[in-house]
Amino acid sequence: MGNTGVVLKRELASYFATPVAYVFIVIYLIMSAAFTFYLGSFYEREIADLEPFFTFHPWLYLFLVPAIGMRLWAEERKSGTVELLLTLPITPTEAVLGKFLAAWLFIGLALFLTFPIWITVNILGDPDNGVILAAYLGSWLMAGGFLAISACMSALTRNQVVAFIISVVVCFLFLLSGLPMVLDVFRGWLPQPLVDAIANLSFLVHFSSISRGVIDLRDLIYFVLVIGFWLMANRIVLELKKAD
Amino acid sequence: MLEVKSLTRRFGSLMAVDHLSFQVEPGTVLGFLGPNGAGKSTTMKMLTGFLAPSGGTAAVFGHDICTDALAARRKMGYLPEGAPLYGELSVSRFLRFVAEARGFRGDEVGRRVGEVIERLSLEEVLGQTIETLSKGFKRRVGLAQAILHDPPVLILDEPTDGLDPNQKHEVRRLIREMAPRKIIVVSTHILEEVDALCSRAMIIARGRLLADDSPAGLLARSRYHNAVTLVMDDLEQAASRLGELPESREVEVRRGRLTVFPASRGNLFEAVMGVVQQEGWQVEQMQLEAGRLDEVFRSITGQEAA
Repeated sequence: MGNTGVVLKRELASYFATPVAYVFIVIYLIMSAAFTFYLGSFYEREIADLEPFFTFHPWLYLFLVPAIGMRLWAEERKSGTVELLLTLPITPTEAVLGKFLAAWLFIGLALFLTFPIWITVNILGDPDNGVILAAYLGSWLMAGGFLAISACMSALTRNQVVAFIISVVVCFLFLLSGLPMVLDVFRGWLPQPLVDAIANLSFLVHFSSISRGVIDLRDLIYFVLVIGFWLMANRIVLELKKAD
Repeated sequence: MLEVKSLTRRFGSLMAVDHLSFQVEPGTVLGFLGPNGAGKSTTMKMLTGFLAPSGGTAAVFGHDICTDALAARRKMGYLPEGAPLYGELSVSRFLRFVAEARGFRGDEVGRRVGEVIERLSLEEVLGQTIETLSKGFKRRVGLAQAILHDPPVLILDEPTDGLDPNQKHEVRRLIREMAPRKIIVVSTHILEEVDALCSRAMIIARGRLLADDSPAGLLARSRYHNAVTLVMDDLEQAASRLGELPESREVEVRRGRLTVFPASRGNLFEAVMGVVQQEGWQVEQMQLEAGRLDEVFRSITGQEAA
């Protein structure tokens, strides 16, 4: 695993050597603030919590995380550097993990930079900071889930736009699978346990409990499993497609 | 030692590399020659562990590329086709990444990077972003990352492709410098390169090994080997006179030049010389041909296509 860190460092260096990092962080901060204050009615509610802030994270991530993830492998394959990377004494697992962790840390940094809103809510009232911390953790884990999906989709193609679109669609399915409009479709003809299973795949269901401050081990395990599954899929897809 | 054993790669129904076997000893510059799509790059990709072989294997100083892949890769430096690099990084940042990925830590990273920078004269572009570099500098950075860990085996896929004559010369000089201590495998479709660079040449077409010889050995297969070419006024008369020589097999007049091909006996050059003096011809040029690689290449790979 020694080279995971080496890959991670190189990836992060690339983010900050291009406008990607700055554009992403600025857009992320503006959008999350806009959602919180306008759509979430942060002031009008007169409740000292960050629920209006976290409620919109799944929708924000739906587009922004694939935008980060789409380049992970598609760009390497397009420019041919994947050949350089994978002929160094780095295992594919180290490469997949290093790239994922770099992007995940980067999203974590963007998330961390929303701290002024936490300061604001603490000045305006007396929120439950434990709940806020839990929600931050949940948000980051959910971003990890979206990112693992996007990374895997990025390995499918050398075209970043295609990678982006497929990632958004797959993420969207994972996001929505808990909503009644999706479940109703299945309810008519699938047995209840399977419908429950589909509902349980939803990012929304697992995120909403964490964001209310309920850290259930099952929700944590869910996100860890989702990330693990898609990273394994990423490794397999990479092996199959790298030379195309 | 590099030992390739029945290495095979299929892409669907296409045999890209077809049971290729050979061995290379240190001190050899091996040239892979072949038309585009002959399987040169695919072979190199398998040797360096990027592509898994469909069959067969290879060993680099005893490390099998399939079962002991990481150890085998540590013994190799690789310049992929087109020398892909992380364009957004600076030269020094990129080389540091490669050094770390090669397992160097601490001061050793700076020392190794410093060495290749000096070796390839990259000082002036150190802080520059790679994508802003000229093609020649990019190629030098690509070579720098390949030799950074001083590997005993170097695999270079078309190292001079797309460079201007000065840059080509520079890259060849570098390869020749390293040649005595290493196994260097170079692929090319530039024939002059084989003569300028290689101590051994393999001609590959459709994934199969068609010839494996020294450059001189390949030249000796040419019908032009030891032929004599003349440039003078009355070519027709000279052609009929020289065609009568017992040392000549055939005479050819093309584009104002007369070429006499040798029969298997005697010294053709001396015989032609004798006739020229005897007849008192005014000869502008007279040349003993070493052989023409392009002709050998065409005849070997052309047979295959037919």
